[in-house]
Amino acid sequence: MTERSYEKFFRQNRLPHLWCPGCGNGIAMKAIVQAIEKKSGWTQDNTIIVSGIGCSSRASGYMDFDTLHTAHGRAIPFATGIKLAKPELNVVVITGDGDCTAIGGNHFIHGCRRNIDLTVILFNNNIYGMTGGQASPMTPLGKKATTAPYGSIDRPFDACKLAEAAGATYVARSTAFHVQHLTKIIEDALDNKGFSFIEALVQCPTAYGRRNKIGEPAKMMAWMRDNAVMKNAWDKLPDEKKIGEKFPIGLFYKAETETYDEAYHHVMEIAGGASK
Amino acid sequence: MKSEFNLKLDRCKGCGICVAFCPKQVLELDTLGKIFVAHPEKCIACGQCELRCPDYAIFVDKVKEEAKK
Ligand SMILES: Cc1ncc(C[n+]2csc(CCOP(=O)(O)OP(=O)(O)O)c2C)c(N)n1
Ligand code: SF4
Ligand code: SF4
Ligand code: SF4
Ligand SMILES: [Mg+2]
Repeated sequence: MTERSYEKFFRQNRLPHLWCPGCGNGIAMKAIVQAIEKKSGWTQDNTIIVSGIGCSSRASGYMDFDTLHTAHGRAIPFATGIKLAKPELNVVVITGDGDCTAIGGNHFIHGCRRNIDLTVILFNNNIYGMTGGQASPMTPLGKKATTAPYGSIDRPFDACKLAEAAGATYVARSTAFHVQHLTKIIEDALDNKGFSFIEALVQCPTAYGRRNKIGEPAKMMAWMRDNAVMKNAWDKLPDEKKIGEKFPIGLFYKAETETYDEAYHHVMEIAGGASK
Repeated sequence: MKSEFNLKLDRCKGCGICVAFCPKQVLELDTLGKIFVAHPEKCIACGQCELRCPDYAIFVDKVKEEAKK
């Protein structure tokens, strides 16, 4: 067999990764490197992976690019700094539901608002995986967590709606079950000039699945298969059919506006300062 | 056989995802909990197992019939 070409994007001496058996993070990470591989001009030297803190954010350590494993919730600020200092670089952010929408919530909405040219991929496992299963702002109502032993009563964020409302210019969702679809939307997001946001639903069998009696990893992925509805079909569904745990996947929003890095360099020019 | 398997057993964590999504029940876990190609003759080289393996431990290539001879 010929070795898969995307293997060159993994730090081979760091594999196998430390994620639990059946954790969806590995699937999402492969989708990202396969999407990057399709982009001509994107190389290991001009592509930067930035992550925060969490199981999901460990991905940067396995990826053979220039990588930054930063502070909890702060991946977007670090990525912003990189993009403003060196706008020619391709900057990809990997974050978790806790990292992005709890401690990093403000960085997230303001990153969207500024339309910084980043691709942010949120690995949504509906829980704080790394710290043992506390509820995150994306834990569904009624689901159990160590901090919600009777089921969460906090209404969850829809991170895609949040990103769109805050000003992101590419917003899409997919799942670890729909690997090819996930890879395709990441590819499209990489093409977008501006803040691109992708929610990748991933299974956390250890801290979420087990506690919520959803069963082993394959059952969690079968749940994604059975409940995800493609955007086109979702839009045609009457409200009374958008019930249970059904949710839409696909591209939700796309727009073109000036990016923050363009605006920033423009203002530097009129101010007559800062040589590049 | 129409397919050629390459297993990276040191990567396999025995999660069972490939076993569950194989449409032809080709795969099983062995007694040590590692992936095992129990029924290679039934494989249709659809690649579903490789596609969803979170640990990049199973790879399947289509093999042309003539190439085998
Ligand atoms: C400032 C700070 N506060 C809290 C923590 C502890 N902590 C580490 S990971 C984490 C939550 C991670 O959840 P999520 O972003 O959903 O990532 P997952 O592990 O689920 O992939 C927390 C609270 C920390 N590392 N730093
Ligand atoms: S705790 Fe959950 S998210 Fe973390 S590695 Fe294990 S399965 Fe994955
Ligand atoms: S999906 Fe991968 S890690 Fe899981 S049992 Fe199959 S080969 Fe092993
Ligand atoms: S290639 Fe398809 S049929 Fe063959 S083992 Fe994998 S999932 Fe099963
Ligand atoms: Mg999480």
